[in-house]
Amino acid sequence: MFSFILKGILRDRSRALFPIITVVAGVFAFVFYLGFMDGYVDSIIRQNARFSTGHLKIVTNAYAQEIDQKPYDLGFLEIRDELVLWRKDYPAFDWLARINFGALLDVPDSSGNTSGQGDALVFAIDLLAENKDLEYDAMNLKKALLKGSLPQTAGEILLSDLSFTKLGLELGQSASLISSTIDGAMAIRNYRICGTVVFNTEMLDRGGVIIDLADAQELLNMPDGASEIFGISRNGKYDKKLFRQVKADFNMRHGGNDEFDPVMLTIEDQYSLGTMLAFMDYMLWVMNFAFMFLLGIILWNAGLMNGIRRYGETGVRLAIGEEKRHLYLSQLYEAIMIGVLGSIIGALAGLGMNWIFNHFGMNMTSYNRSSSIMSENIIYTAIDLKSCLLGMIPGIFAPLIGSALAGLVIFKRQTSQLFKELET
Amino acid sequence: MRHLFCLLFAGAIMILGAQRPDPQQLLKEIDSNLTSNSAKSTTRMIINSRRSSRTLISVNYSLGKDKAFTEYTSPPREKGTKMLKLKDQLWIYEPASDRIIQISGNMLRQSVMGSDLSYEDFMEDTELAIAYTAIISGEIKHENRDCWILKLTARKKDTNYYTKTLYVDKERNVPLYEASYAKSGKLLKSMKLSDVRRIGSRWYPHKLQYKDELKDGKGTEFIFENISLDLNIPDHIFNRAVLRK
Repeated sequence: MFSFILKGILRDRSRALFPIITVVAGVFAFVFYLGFMDGYVDSIIRQNARFSTGHLKIVTNAYAQEIDQKPYDLGFLEIRDELVLWRKDYPAFDWLARINFGALLDVPDSSGNTSGQGDALVFAIDLLAENKDLEYDAMNLKKALLKGSLPQTAGEILLSDLSFTKLGLELGQSASLISSTIDGAMAIRNYRICGTVVFNTEMLDRGGVIIDLADAQELLNMPDGASEIFGISRNGKYDKKLFRQVKADFNMRHGGNDEFDPVMLTIEDQYSLGTMLAFMDYMLWVMNFAFMFLLGIILWNAGLMNGIRRYGETGVRLAIGEEKRHLYLSQLYEAIMIGVLGSIIGALAGLGMNWIFNHFGMNMTSYNRSSSIMSENIIYTAIDLKSCLLGMIPGIFAPLIGSALAGLVIFKRQTSQLFKELET
Repeated sequence: MRHLFCLLFAGAIMILGAQRPDPQQLLKEIDSNLTSNSAKSTTRMIINSRRSSRTLISVNYSLGKDKAFTEYTSPPREKGTKMLKLKDQLWIYEPASDRIIQISGNMLRQSVMGSDLSYEDFMEDTELAIAYTAIISGEIKHENRDCWILKLTARKKDTNYYTKTLYVDKERNVPLYEASYAKSGKLLKSMKLSDVRRIGSRWYPHKLQYKDELKDGKGTEFIFENISLDLNIPDHIFNRAVLRK
């Protein structure tokens, strides 16, 4: 019976084309939407983990209390030995010492007077130490480098390309960073601009400066210090359960009550990201459900329309002696086949579109300009089986339900009335 | 009988009033104690932050209200850092970078070398009698000294601290405590002045304890190791060229 129905669907285009197109369009839109949303949330997590929160982060108790202000004066000092220990205890993560601080980027003229000035968001990371490759990967530095080269010696910095252009600088030129030491005194040091970077993140590309950790420790008078120790999961995955376990273990073994004792935080504990991610997760489910519901109604309606459109055909089939039950079941099988066929084509088309945007990305720069959420300017859609399966659910079941309801009318039809109906 | 009572009452008020000095005159007396034509001093600044304590030693020169120069001589990290004030402009020289930066705008609100003093405080040069109107609101015993309580209100709205409360030593006309408030009434800074010594015809406090009430920490002590007033200071000290020397 399946091969008979399949032949009917393939040969009689006027009967199946519209329902299949409807299913294909609905499933395609749903799969693409899921891929985009998953890609967007992944981008938020990835970008925050890289630049702002890590998957895990170790800070002092005092720092944790005011973490939104990034008070590096409450960070760690002489942290080298502890860092070696933590790296040994938790090898599933790369542990990276960093200092983030605000500064003024001051460009001198030939006589040493200020010729240009701009706000700088400084990221101090290990650019020259043994583990520099970890930072290169975590910050995606090689990919972000637009002009010049990565720092090779102390005293070299990378500057956001936007600031570089705005201040009219040249590679190799000297600029001063003006900030405050950990004691609150003014700190000024000169650096050589060796390259420019573009991170495709609006907040960083506005005034980001990348400096070697040792240079920042000297500038801020923080010997062997770090304001934050980032823990980046080696497999790059956001594993909520694992992160919570590591956090609990660390805080039990190394935590304390002194204001400068270490405390571990997960990505969810910082900058209200936990609330935001939970809310986005919840909203994603609500939107998924709403989308699936709407798609279901459209496809159900298509199934109903199909049933009504073929009212005459069912009459003929009954008139020539086909059983009502057989006729009803054949319509259900047909609906399933239309649903499956349409869902497969729609899911493949959705996956294809997701692959294109996964490969080339979707430019969201203009949206991000007005957004306070840290995500990449180029969003790469996610490709996974989950979005395909979720998209196929309404694609298969909605036409089936539509046909099942529309087909009930078969059982109400009287054989004696059929010829009269056919005459009209 | 009723007239007699009124006369006695008015007399008592006059006597009490006569015991209190004119508050504006008192401000002038304070100014004449604390301000000089020129000064040279060596000071020790002990900054007690939340984490540690640091001691900075500096040599300071001032000429009138408009010119001031400070050079830090210790500790090694700060050695050679210089600050020059000329009228309403302030420059800082940082030897490690060999840069001279003009401090202006929001930077003026930042702390001087991590202390409880801001650059704005450093720049404050107007005499109290000119910047504020005063009333005497009472008396208090402070650090075993009889003091007047002076309430000051700024004559100009853009003054750094709109109101101040001073405990002024009755005998020596030197404030021993100063609280500075924002226009909203919020306490911003407090200062205890002690170790008052005689220098010529003036009384001069040799130890000041500043506290930025908006900051954590235990405040900043400012101790005059030595001070000479009204002396000749060569002009080149207050020249921008001296910053890089």
